[in-house]
Amino acid sequence: MNINLTILGQAISFAFFVLFCMKYVWPPLTSILRERREAIIEGLEKAAQAEKELEKANDAAGQELEQAKKQSAELISQARSRASQLEEEAKDRAKEEAARIIAGAQGQIDQEVSRAREELRAKVGALAVQGAEKILGAAVDRSAHENMLKKLAEEL
Amino acid sequence: MATEYETSADYIQHHLTNLTYGRFPEGHWGFAHGQEDINAMGFWAINVDTMFWSLSLGLVFLAIFSWAAKKAKPGVPGGLQNFCEYAVEFVENNVAQVFGTRPNPIIGPLSLTILIWVFLMNLMDLVPVDWIPHAAALAGIPYMKVVSTTDPNATLGMSISVFLLVLYYNFKIKGPIAFGKALVTHPVPHWSMYWFNFILEMVDMLAKPLSHGLRLFGNLYAGEMIFILIALLPFYAQWLLSLPWAIFHILIICLQAFVFMILTIVYLTQAHETEEH
Repeated sequence: MNINLTILGQAISFAFFVLFCMKYVWPPLTSILRERREAIIEGLEKAAQAEKELEKANDAAGQELEQAKKQSAELISQARSRASQLEEEAKDRAKEEAARIIAGAQGQIDQEVSRAREELRAKVGALAVQGAEKILGAAVDRSAHENMLKKLAEEL
Repeated sequence: MATEYETSADYIQHHLTNLTYGRFPEGHWGFAHGQEDINAMGFWAINVDTMFWSLSLGLVFLAIFSWAAKKAKPGVPGGLQNFCEYAVEFVENNVAQVFGTRPNPIIGPLSLTILIWVFLMNLMDLVPVDWIPHAAALAGIPYMKVVSTTDPNATLGMSISVFLLVLYYNFKIKGPIAFGKALVTHPVPHWSMYWFNFILEMVDMLAKPLSHGLRLFGNLYAGEMIFILIALLPFYAQWLLSLPWAIFHILIICLQAFVFMILTIVYLTQAHETEEH
């Protein structure tokens, strides 16, 4: 409780502590704090900017995606219509071909039939003459009965 | 612990006595043995324990903070580094709030030194009151007061240093004429009352360092006293009181260190204010 030399000793050591602090502690620490503050501000600004850029990029990507989707849908529908068109064409062609084949076959058949008929006619004529000859026992004059034979052949 | 002493009063007295080295009235120098010797020594004595603990803790403060200053990088700070930087930033903010942004190379480091040094000295109050004195007694040292801020020499030494700085800035910023004028023209600005104003201003001025130093001393001295009184209880009951008091005291030691710092900043701010109020 007594005031003595200690008060001077305290004042002197206090002064030295403050001087030391002034020279070696305060300036580096405050400058580092300022630097860090600036670095943080810069970092935050950069982060905000990056966020904005990200948003922009996201928008662009979304648009691109949308466009790609649209394009692909278009392509698909195009392909689909083209495919159906091709199918139709193929069907038509096949039908035509089939009709053509059928018509060809029919023509051939008709030809065959008419030829066979011609042959048959000719043969029927001859056969009828032969038959008549046999029945009559005499030769039939072919030229005399030409008309009758013709009629007969035509009836077949 | 009180059993070694004849009465509780002796125990308390012992714990409140500094280890004092000084000049006896007969002329030779030596350690005081009790309060009578200290009284006889008067001013020509030094409290060795106060000086030892305050210097040690001051060096601890400087060691930690200069380590932090040397290691400081703008990257992410580690634990102790972070604490030091936080303390510096806290002081810087307080200075900025009260003192403003006037350029002054000393107020920041001064406030930081006060805050941390006073806090560390106060912190010794939380060491159980008998541990260090008892260990010292075993080593043959009769007295050991661990908490430097319970010695008015320590607190007044600081507050008077601050007061000298305040005077210095009063002269430097206001100039001797304006400073002298301010001493006599307030609070009654009439020439016939100048003598009265001067007395008032003197009282006001001298009360500042006294109250500044004694406030810290009083708070810590009272806290220490209560720890000593609690230590008089039987050992199994002490924690009932010492624990809540210690927890409460954590607040006091921080608060008093902070108050001492803030008052320093306020006084220095007043010394810098040149406009009339």
